[in-house]
Amino acid sequence: MDMLIMQISLFVLAVILGVELITKVPATLHTPLMSGSNAISGITLVGALLAAGSGEVGGLWVSVLGTAAVTLATINVVGGFLVTNRMLKMFRRRD
Amino acid sequence: MSLSFVNLFYLASAVLFVTGIKGLTRPRTAVRGNLLAAIGMLVAVVVTLLDRSILSYGWILAGVILGGTIGALLATRIQMTAMPQMVALLNGFGGGASLAVAMASFLAPSGPIAAGGTIGLLAIGLTVLVGAVTLTGSAVAFGKLQELLPGNPIGFKGITLFNAALLSGTVVIVATLAGGNGGIGLLLLLATIALVLGVTLVIPIGGADMPVVIALLNSYSGIAAAAAGFIMGNTVLIVSGALVGASGLILTRIMCVAMNRSLAGVLFGSLSEEGGEGMDADEVYAGKVKSSSAEEISMLLETAQRVVIVPGFGLAMAQAQHAVRDLADTLERRGVEVIYGLHPVAGRMPGHMNVLLAEAEVDYDKMQPMEQVNPHFAQTDVVIVIGANDVTNPMAREDKGSPIYGMPILDVDQARTVVVVKRSLSPGFAGLPNPLFAKDNTLMLFGDGKQAILDLTGALNEAA
Repeated sequence: MDMLIMQISLFVLAVILGVELITKVPATLHTPLMSGSNAISGITLVGALLAAGSGEVGGLWVSVLGTAAVTLATINVVGGFLVTNRMLKMFRRRD
Repeated sequence: MSLSFVNLFYLASAVLFVTGIKGLTRPRTAVRGNLLAAIGMLVAVVVTLLDRSILSYGWILAGVILGGTIGALLATRIQMTAMPQMVALLNGFGGGASLAVAMASFLAPSGPIAAGGTIGLLAIGLTVLVGAVTLTGSAVAFGKLQELLPGNPIGFKGITLFNAALLSGTVVIVATLAGGNGGIGLLLLLATIALVLGVTLVIPIGGADMPVVIALLNSYSGIAAAAAGFIMGNTVLIVSGALVGASGLILTRIMCVAMNRSLAGVLFGSLSEEGGEGMDADEVYAGKVKSSSAEEISMLLETAQRVVIVPGFGLAMAQAQHAVRDLADTLERRGVEVIYGLHPVAGRMPGHMNVLLAEAEVDYDKMQPMEQVNPHFAQTDVVIVIGANDVTNPMAREDKGSPIYGMPILDVDQARTVVVVKRSLSPGFAGLPNPLFAKDNTLMLFGDGKQAILDLTGALNEAA
């Protein structure tokens, strides 16, 4: 139970921090913000890796679902960060 | 590695995500911010891979190679005009990944992803619900943006009630699962209902409201990741999911404010709203619309001191961003001040116009948001509106009976002359006639956006 309270506290504090941070992002960067935060939501890859790597313990379905999750989350992470980088580079001031 | 060590590294990657998002608050630091967030992801992945609970790497390798290739191809090939579709697709994949993780977790008898107790089962149910809705909701949003599906609202009478019924069904199932009653069959039923719900929630929403939908699905993909974090008590998932969830919610709110609509109105109102009553297009335009030519407008531009360019989705459709930049260069060489006035919902996702202009190497200092550009329209000689419609419609200011009344707009009609580049007099997303086109100080330049702008630049150069 203590563990759960701690996790919920973490969640709530992170939401508050997120709100504070995001409100400061200028409208000009809203599209890269979306694709970038999208890449961050690919963090579910961590769970996917644990599922796909569970080997004999989990059984075939766990491996299959885990692999599907790894594939989708990797598209999300790689695609998200790369496309955000591509966009943001265009915003660099040309000196 | 021991568990506390792993958690320390997870903390480090969460800190990198926060620092990364902070970098995104300024264009100058944004590239580095994105890189920091990517490093944070790398840290989390590497630490997880070194975890001793990972027993086989074959499946992982297959998934990473496949996903990495698809992701890299998408990211490098996609056109900037198609960015809303890209983000919709990525949102869906994120939701789908969380859905698959939750299902795997339910099936795993033991190990690091196995869920324990009521909380774990509750988290599995919620992850499946949110993840599945995100997956199919995003697929529908993608279909609408890619024009595989019609952009207008689709549905049937009582679809809101139908959705409410589905949602209550899922809540009952989640509660049953959390209580420990029910096996994989019930979980699959939950997933199926949630997949249907994703479709029926998004399909009745019209094309004009897509910016809100994408922002909301962005939030959902974060919430799904956070919920997956609760399944296995994984702190980095909880923190990052919460950050993304908050980000999506804020963008959703900004979009709703910019359209003067409530979130509930966007989500449930599209079909019930009657658009454009009492406003007959012929009556508004009859005999008052003045069509002009590139030569005539170039003469106006020659004597102008300040020009504001107002782009809308039509600019993206015509791929006219580079042509617009050339026109602006030509004007600037003549000593004309050129500014871009951007409405928050111009385009089909938040900040879409800014990205297109940045692609054409427009300096971001010249892209001004509505609040900044609006007070100066009175001192502006010429406004060029390209493919923007509803965001310049004065009915939002003047006509209390209008469905868009109260929506903040760009007050372009206060400029000395307004040039509207448009294919025809057809209405925008809102389906309303635009009295701006009939104003005394408005000139219409009919034609394809890109060609019209090229003609203008050509006429200016000839005159020089």
